[in-house]
Amino acid sequence: MAETLELEVATPERELVREQVSEVQLPGKNGYLGVLPGHAPLLGLLGIGTLTYVAGGTTRYLSIHDGFLEILDDHVRVLADCAERAEEIDIERARRALERSQQEAINPALGVEPAQAMAAVMRAEARLTTAQKK
Amino acid sequence: MPSLIDIRRRIRSVKNTQQITKAMKMVSAAKLRRAQDRTIAARPYGTLLRKVLGNVAAAVANDESGAENPLLARREERRILLVLITGDKGLAGAFNTNLIKAATRFVNEHQGAQITFELIGRKGRDFFRKREVAISGEAIGLAAKVKYEDTAAIARRAMQMFRDEQIDAVYLVYNEFKSVVSQKMTLSRVLPAELPEDSAPIDYIFEESPAEMLNVLLPKYVEMEFYRALLESAASEHAARMTAMDAATSNAAEMIDKLTLYMNRVRQASITKEIIEVVSGAAAAE
Repeated sequence: MAETLELEVATPERELVREQVSEVQLPGKNGYLGVLPGHAPLLGLLGIGTLTYVAGGTTRYLSIHDGFLEILDDHVRVLADCAERAEEIDIERARRALERSQQEAINPALGVEPAQAMAAVMRAEARLTTAQKK
Repeated sequence: MPSLIDIRRRIRSVKNTQQITKAMKMVSAAKLRRAQDRTIAARPYGTLLRKVLGNVAAAVANDESGAENPLLARREERRILLVLITGDKGLAGAFNTNLIKAATRFVNEHQGAQITFELIGRKGRDFFRKREVAISGEAIGLAAKVKYEDTAAIARRAMQMFRDEQIDAVYLVYNEFKSVVSQKMTLSRVLPAELPEDSAPIDYIFEESPAEMLNVLLPKYVEMEFYRALLESAASEHAARMTAMDAATSNAAEMIDKLTLYMNRVRQASITKEIIEVVSGAAAAE
């Protein structure tokens, strides 16, 4: 059995990760999944949250939401609508975005669909948590 | 024979034009680089998506419960949506003309079908707006900075029309970027979608049912096709403009050379004439 698995993370606009990793944790639509080499093949949808991976002893974090994931024996492919490295996130901006989306969620007068507003809050929260993990 | 001043004036005017074309060439070269970078950056996602889609398609084919996806529905092509991706600006050689010609040819070849246009880019829009054709939508200024969200919105609209059976097929016409000197006019069908053929199905654990997965994956795939086409078109436009402006610059240089030669000849002639006048005047005085 392989010692490592290849992790590929891409968004339509760019490729973020393509490296050999020993462990991946990622947010599925129905909760977090932990993946080690030799995992059974799996296809699923991606949720909102933090993707964590360990490469060469260091742990890295990505904020990620919506898309697909494919797990093969020695491969994890993540196709996200949106993904950012923890280092790239501007905490100040993320915090402001969170506050704004919270306002929109509790105040329907601002004219944002409640479901969309909630999704925005969740995304903003996930980004902030990811950013604080680095 | 034109006077010396006239020729000098012309030379100056050609020089000015040359400066402009040279600057435009340089700008296009810089923009081309950026456009190419974006095209390359979008490639991994496309490749991965195709792989995953292939695997899902294989699984769906084996799954009896897998209902036929509406985006795969094949119907007789009687109503066609033609998505024409042109540039917003001219001065790019045959870039826009070729596309418009191809679109017109497509209409002529599909006489029996009812064709609706979706026009992306100012040049195509200006051309077809003056003609009597059905237009479902137009978008201008996308090519300057291709954003996934903008193109995805257009793709989603096309998919909605297809699902509602307002149209039976969707075609894209655009310039594909081959290299800096070559852009290939491409006509491709995006809907009904074609599932990538793939190897033996893998026995997956499905978090969602395969049909459900396909339901989410296919629209992404179509969106990606639109996005890729737009990126290719943007890169092609800059490349075409660069080549055209390069040619214009060297034509201008050639013209300046010719005019300079002509100017010298005229000057020489006038000097000769003056000498003859002086000499013959002196001879007459003797």
